[in-house]
Amino acid sequence: MADPKAEQLGIGVAKDPSLMTGAIPRRGWMDTPAIFKPGNYCYPGKPEMVEYLNKALPGKFGEPRVWSPEDEDWKLPENWKEIILEGLRERLDKFRSLKIFMDCCVRCGACADKCHFFLGTGDPKNMPVLRAELLRSVYRREFSKAGKIMGKMVGARDLTVDVLKEWFMYFYQCTECRRCSLYCPYGIDTAEITMMMRELLHLVGINTNWILEPAANSNRTGNHMGLQPHTFKENIEYLVDDIEEITGIRVEPTFNRKGAEILFITPSADVFAEPGIYTAMGYLLLFHHIGLDYTWSTYASEGGNFGLFTNNELMKKLNGKMYAEAERLGVKWILGGECGHMWRVVHQYMDTLNGPPDFLEVPKSPITGTVFDNAASTKMVHISEFTADLIHHNKLKLDSSRNDHRKVTYHDSCNTARAMGLLEEPRIILKEVVNDFHEMPEHTIREETFCCGSGTGLNTGEIMELRMRGGLPRANAVKFVKEKYDVNTLSCVCAIDRATLSVLMDYWTPGVDVCGVSELVGNALIMEGEKERETGLRFEPLAGSEEGEADV
Amino acid sequence: MKVLQSVLLVLALVVVGFVVAIIPGGQALIGKVLPYLAFAVFLLFFIVKVVGWAKSPVPFRIPTTAGQEKSLPWVKQSRFDNPSTTGGVIVRMLLEVTMFRSLFRNTKAEMHDGPYLAHGSSKYLWLFALIFHYSFLVVVLRHLRLFLNPVPGLIQALGGADGFLQVLSPGLYISDLTIVLGLVLLFGRRLVRPQIRYISLVNDYFPLVLIFAIATSGILMRYIIRPDIINIKQLAVGLATFHPVIPGEMGTIFFVHLFLVCCLLVYFPFSKLMHMGGVFLSPTRNMANNNRMVHHDNPWNDPAIKPHSYAGYEDEFREVMKEAEIPVEKE
Repeated sequence: MADPKAEQLGIGVAKDPSLMTGAIPRRGWMDTPAIFKPGNYCYPGKPEMVEYLNKALPGKFGEPRVWSPEDEDWKLPENWKEIILEGLRERLDKFRSLKIFMDCCVRCGACADKCHFFLGTGDPKNMPVLRAELLRSVYRREFSKAGKIMGKMVGARDLTVDVLKEWFMYFYQCTECRRCSLYCPYGIDTAEITMMMRELLHLVGINTNWILEPAANSNRTGNHMGLQPHTFKENIEYLVDDIEEITGIRVEPTFNRKGAEILFITPSADVFAEPGIYTAMGYLLLFHHIGLDYTWSTYASEGGNFGLFTNNELMKKLNGKMYAEAERLGVKWILGGECGHMWRVVHQYMDTLNGPPDFLEVPKSPITGTVFDNAASTKMVHISEFTADLIHHNKLKLDSSRNDHRKVTYHDSCNTARAMGLLEEPRIILKEVVNDFHEMPEHTIREETFCCGSGTGLNTGEIMELRMRGGLPRANAVKFVKEKYDVNTLSCVCAIDRATLSVLMDYWTPGVDVCGVSELVGNALIMEGEKERETGLRFEPLAGSEEGEADV
Repeated sequence: MKVLQSVLLVLALVVVGFVVAIIPGGQALIGKVLPYLAFAVFLLFFIVKVVGWAKSPVPFRIPTTAGQEKSLPWVKQSRFDNPSTTGGVIVRMLLEVTMFRSLFRNTKAEMHDGPYLAHGSSKYLWLFALIFHYSFLVVVLRHLRLFLNPVPGLIQALGGADGFLQVLSPGLYISDLTIVLGLVLLFGRRLVRPQIRYISLVNDYFPLVLIFAIATSGILMRYIIRPDIINIKQLAVGLATFHPVIPGEMGTIFFVHLFLVCCLLVYFPFSKLMHMGGVFLSPTRNMANNNRMVHHDNPWNDPAIKPHSYAGYEDEFREVMKEAEIPVEKE
């Protein structure tokens, strides 16, 4: 199915009658079934992926089989209902959050227009409150007296195959960005509910391949693309060649080196895909610039964690590599690259899942001597914290005019903003490495930032229209600064963002490049012994160069 | 339809209260027995619910961070929106519970042609909620003057402040006006905003209508119908000292009022009104964002889940690793 053009979709979202544009659907939501058609669902997991993951974590991923969401029969196990309800009961006993979030909502609707998927689709079931009610309605029926007796009148309904299908649709139209939880007077976090629901759906074999295959790859090869060790190294060596061509400097990264002081882990997308590779070039330049004693790992070569999008067991299993590798190599601490959901896991889950790592030391910058007390237990520091500290201590030689071809804005990744609070560090860096910086409008940045629309494993081609709708609020804010200040660069500290925002910008606001903050750092770094730079890290002409002027 | 159901339900309760109040022995039932029953149900199931929540562990530390984290000493932390200490969390919770901090953030999104999305600050819900909840609190506290003898100075002062306008006779309480106002605004908002109307359940309208009925009957008693307040006080003090008596004529409306309050008490722990207790236990609000500073333990963490081992990895890829000059453990 061809995806609609931006112009056409732009008219649609503003004019088509929807709850977002003020029209109230005639039918109640319980009477509106989820209808799957090409373009509105992610392809199911391939049987071999399900089989592989079931071997890794027995019983967590249901029966491997070929099925399609468009089919009437999803080939569910006979006792699917029992499995789901038992799974729900188990999770209510394991997660206080889930219990409270089931009981406390007053349906005040503060969250309703905070979700990017609701803003872009106008679909009532994309209001966070209603997304949660999809589960809450069943919870009331099965776990509350009132629901058992009074049923629909108190918003309770039976668990049927149609409800299950509806869950599959709408819990894969949530990117766990937590924007709704910011505004909720009780802190109800839809991400938490979505995570539970995806866990439950996996139990009966309802899944998507775009999550399962990367997860399986991460388990086996260490990274989600399935790059084998030699390929991983080769890819970085290509970047080393490019850096030499641009700067005249040959940086010398090492791999799986025992005795290095620091283990560096970043999302593997930074190593193989544009525009992430330019961010990786930034890291390589920075580490060379300060003479850091660090190593890459091919075994723990994925910062991202696709387990987060399936269940907490797989998240734990995939995450375990970080500490395992740090221990094997005997490093002192871990430095983490730019990534959103990786940092959700590292900041809020890793220490609990696989820590505390007593074999590591409290991170201390070998350059500035700063002790990162904020990572005293987890022993992992964010590259922006690390770089901001270098800048604060004047340890970097920077020529910010090398980014003068860029008018820059900054996108806070949902996870680093609302599950960590990394707001200032990237801005401190940007202030030093670019001269022309403009914030997007208030209510769209910092803790109120909008998701790229494609997180949590939704970054797949078959749901492009949905992604462009979900990304509209973010794109719209970029468009604002593009029109007002001529902004041509959207910087971020997230690998999924780098991939998805590029597509989003091409669609809604062509002419805006997406880059990691570290790419801009790399551009600005004055390397000792370097040749005069004629281009930036992506071989783009710099401002003032001949080509550059011709380009303008 | 749902609105109508809620109104009919409350009307039915009013009728029940009225009928019981006029049949022989009915007043004793509502006045001497029901309050204890209702209060016991309220207390017991409130505790059951909260203990039920507390029984489930908090496996992960998942605060929603609403400001700058504590990181480098020279980066200014949002100490209350992103607290890293218990003190910070206490302030965050106080702001949440007493000022509705999160609702204060509320925005309204509007889609215009272009498409152009506008996000503006929207404080209505925050304001309506504040008006209602504080009025409700004042009304409840004021009622303590009926149960306590002598009336504590604080309660007297509250009544004085609430009635400082000194209009009407007996003196008008501001909270009587504002609680009705708050209810009407919250109810109206549910009806007017399409998104909210679509998600509203009977369970959302019913408590508003019920509290409205309670407030109305109370206001009628204070300003218009005027049953014997001395007798009411005697009953209330009797209830508080576990020697309830029906001292004399108190008017049917009083018993309807009391009956509805009992209904609210019984309804409370089984309904969304439990948000009163839940807000204190919400892990996204009541936890410090000291995630990387202090280890958080998950009681059901499964140590048997291990990563795919390095040894297994090297066994599979040893040859290509050696070729690529990546160090290996076993040659």
